[in-house]
Amino acid sequence: MSIRLNNIAKHFGNTQALEPINLDIHEGELVGLLGPSGSGKTTLLRIIAGLENADRTAQPGQILFGDRDVTNVHVRDRRIGFVFQHYALFRHMSVYDNVAFGLTVLSRKRRPSSGEIRARVFRLLEMVKLEHLADRYPAQLSGGQQQRVSLARALAVEPEVLLLDEPFGALDAKVRQELRRWLRHLHDELNFTSVFVTHDQEEALELSDRVVVMSNGRIEQIDTPDELYRTPKNRFVFEFLGDVNHLEGKVSNGVLTCGDAYWHVDLPDGHEELLLRPHEVRLTEQPTSESHLPVTITAISPVGAEVRVELEADWLAQPWLATVRHTDFEHLALRRGQRLFAHPRHWRRFPKVTEKTTEQTRVA
Amino acid sequence: MRRIGDAPLIRRLLIATALVLSALFLLLPLVAIFAQAFSQGVMVFWTNVSNTFTLHAIGLTLMIALLTIPVCLVFGVALAWLVTRFSFPGRRILQTLIDIPFAVSPVVAGLIYLLLYGRNGWIGSWLDTYDIQLMFAWPGILMVTIFVTCPFVARELIPLMQAQGSREEEAAVTLGASGWTTFRRVTLPNIRWALLYGVILTNARAVGEFGAVSVVSGAIRGQTNTLPLHLEQLYQDYNAVGAFACAALLALIALLTLAAKAGLEWRASRREAFA
Amino acid sequence: MSQLATWRTGSTRVLPGFGLSMGISVLFISLVLLLPITGLFGQLAELSLAEYFAIITEGRVVASYMVTIGAAAVAALVNAIFGLLLAWVLVRYEFPGKRLLDALMDLPFALPTAVAGITLATLYAGSGWMGGLLEPLGFQVAYTWVGIALAMAFTSIPFVVRTVQPVLEDLPAEVDEAAMSLGATDGVAFRRVILPHIWPALVTGTGLAFVRSLGEFGAIIFIAGNMPYETEITALMIFVKLQEYDYAGASAIASVVLFVSLALLLAINIWQGRFVRRLHGGKG
Ligand SMILES: Nc1ncnc2c1ncn2[C@@H]1O[C@H](COP(=O)(O)OP(=O)(O)OP(=O)(O)O)[C@@H](O)[C@H]1O
Ligand SMILES: [Mg+2]
Repeated sequence: MSIRLNNIAKHFGNTQALEPINLDIHEGELVGLLGPSGSGKTTLLRIIAGLENADRTAQPGQILFGDRDVTNVHVRDRRIGFVFQHYALFRHMSVYDNVAFGLTVLSRKRRPSSGEIRARVFRLLEMVKLEHLADRYPAQLSGGQQQRVSLARALAVEPEVLLLDEPFGALDAKVRQELRRWLRHLHDELNFTSVFVTHDQEEALELSDRVVVMSNGRIEQIDTPDELYRTPKNRFVFEFLGDVNHLEGKVSNGVLTCGDAYWHVDLPDGHEELLLRPHEVRLTEQPTSESHLPVTITAISPVGAEVRVELEADWLAQPWLATVRHTDFEHLALRRGQRLFAHPRHWRRFPKVTEKTTEQTRVA
Repeated sequence: MRRIGDAPLIRRLLIATALVLSALFLLLPLVAIFAQAFSQGVMVFWTNVSNTFTLHAIGLTLMIALLTIPVCLVFGVALAWLVTRFSFPGRRILQTLIDIPFAVSPVVAGLIYLLLYGRNGWIGSWLDTYDIQLMFAWPGILMVTIFVTCPFVARELIPLMQAQGSREEEAAVTLGASGWTTFRRVTLPNIRWALLYGVILTNARAVGEFGAVSVVSGAIRGQTNTLPLHLEQLYQDYNAVGAFACAALLALIALLTLAAKAGLEWRASRREAFA
Repeated sequence: MSQLATWRTGSTRVLPGFGLSMGISVLFISLVLLLPITGLFGQLAELSLAEYFAIITEGRVVASYMVTIGAAAVAALVNAIFGLLLAWVLVRYEFPGKRLLDALMDLPFALPTAVAGITLATLYAGSGWMGGLLEPLGFQVAYTWVGIALAMAFTSIPFVVRTVQPVLEDLPAEVDEAAMSLGATDGVAFRRVILPHIWPALVTGTGLAFVRSLGEFGAIIFIAGNMPYETEITALMIFVKLQEYDYAGASAIASVVLFVSLALLLAINIWQGRFVRRLHGGKG
């Protein structure tokens, strides 16, 4: 079931939670809504679900599920599954009854026989690997188990659209990782359309087919994780998707200077701010004719496949972060207090007015 | 946001039903009290209130309330401190025991005091040999009033002090504060509004207690008549306006109690909003 | 657990005042609450078992039980419904006068029972505002058991409202939303999701209202009519016996009332505890 939003806006009193938004989600897609706190992710998700009404203005917005206009359809008739951030399990019902709820409240005509309900609930519980806990009450389950029950409950009614609000927000890193993989698997197997909210960029990039990046009630960019990371549309998206190093200085005659540091760049004269990712910083013992950026190592932390190195210098307003491979790390024999030279491999600039990106790659 | 029962029709219907029923069931009696009290004009009301017997009943009622409050206060604070700050066997039993006055019929409460301290009771007969009579006199009224009102302060304090925990007091003790200083400087500021509300409830009940008091007072006009008892006598004597004049005074105290409660709750919610 | 261990090993407590507060509490509870009850047993001991049963099963007394229990049950049931409605309206809706309505809920607790008694009697008598409306229609309230139930309902309505209200307030919006997103209509969601949540509070509140109604005296005697066998409540029976200086008789009946109320109080506590354990998984 595809989802289409036309001109959906939302005000709470005087605060505008969503600027008019257009969004197309294809059938079978898994889409992540990513953005900082207060950017309107939950609001957008709840409007899709029908838990919240979009503004009714002169040109009212429209929500389509496939060809069906659901703008004025009550949440209970939209046939969606909603997974709440804090699970919202019914505390007085056993796990079994929670999962069966959606089936038992169907009108008598559409309700399956009790045997069939039982079979379906157990199939779902098996899928979420909780069939042995069917008689427990929610209070007797761990957070991860509760979240899986809440997923099974939402899936029991076989929704064509599954909406999840920070589904793994309250869980620890390891359980999150596991549930993430498991949700992806489930999505591919059952073939529904899913939209989930997260403020964790790693989660969004890992799990989604496409990511919707939001800030201040606006959609900043919609793209595949790969595209998003490689070609961010603006500075906000670039900064939100990972660590960023800033270099600010004056350009004259193709040389950017900043204190005693300088660097050849192909830019017109004027004030400039350049942005680079940590892996775009190379470290050497000697300066080159192209650049002279002396730095001092202030901290070293090995993280997984790479080593993160923190750099400081007089000419830097904020410390830089560089990631180096373990082999380079050993080769250079890096240690704290060591003085080195940094070489940007690749940088971006986002001029404030035009919001157009300039990129330049240097062969190092 | 959509919640169950938010459909405009249902909402209006339920609100209207609640308002109409409450108006008939709760508000109308309140209006009736004052309407009756002033039905023959302010002058008659005033004559009724300033009658010697009425004045004496007011005095006795106030005296009983003034004596009851400190006793209940000390007990309530001590019990709340005990059950929320220490863990010991029998703690739950103590907490259950203080609910007894809520469950016991006021008439039964009066009766058990009468049986014990009356002339035939084992304490009463002993006191009688020294010519001390507690029942059918103001000390008896005071005793049953304390019985009936003792849970209020404790019941207000216990949930609050439980929720607050003892971290702050422990901090004060580690800083070298003595027990009394800890209580006065750390505990008291945290519980003072609950304490005040407990006192207000105690007062309302102490002033208005009828069943228990009517058993032990003897209801002698100008001697052991509290305001509720006086009101009953006037009513039985077919002096309805006089009875309702007393009722209006008591209703006024009740209204002040409600206002105080609303005020304290408003205060608490505002503090929460700023926290 | 660790605190219990502290108790066992008798090591010192962090906070001061254990001895003092224990002393005051135990002394007070013993003297004020427990000692007087011994007076009742002392009086009862003077009766033989046969005499005791004769008193508590006498026709007029039994009739008073029936009147009291019947009226209290009706009052409690009416309050369960009315109280639930009020709590719901106060928690879920915004409307003008809401704060006033909320404050009004405590009126029956704050208003002295005797005041409530004479007021209700006056209102519902044939010449009163309500009685004048109802009696021509054939509804006699004052001096019938309906009046007794009405007075009981008046004095005990806050029990239901004030126990249900906080529980309803604590019910997160997501619970409603979850039920609706799974396709439940308002009626079904209320019955299957909300009602079970507030059920313990509703039963507790109704139970407390019932216990209170069983013992109520001041609010009832004025409107009851007090006809033996018909509109005489048990509390009044005790009072009447006392006025006749029949202390033994009064004690016997009082012991029944006392036993029933304490047993009900205990039952409510235990029942509530069981529910709380299930909803909080033994942690609460
Ligand atoms: N019920 C409401 N009433 C008033 N304002 C609201 C309401 N819900 C959200 N808002 C406002 O709308 C904006 C967007 O909120 P929303 O909950 O959608 O953010 P979010 O992106 O989900 O943030 P988070 O990651 O913190 O959950 C915020 O400024 C918030 O304060
Ligand atoms: Mg959110």
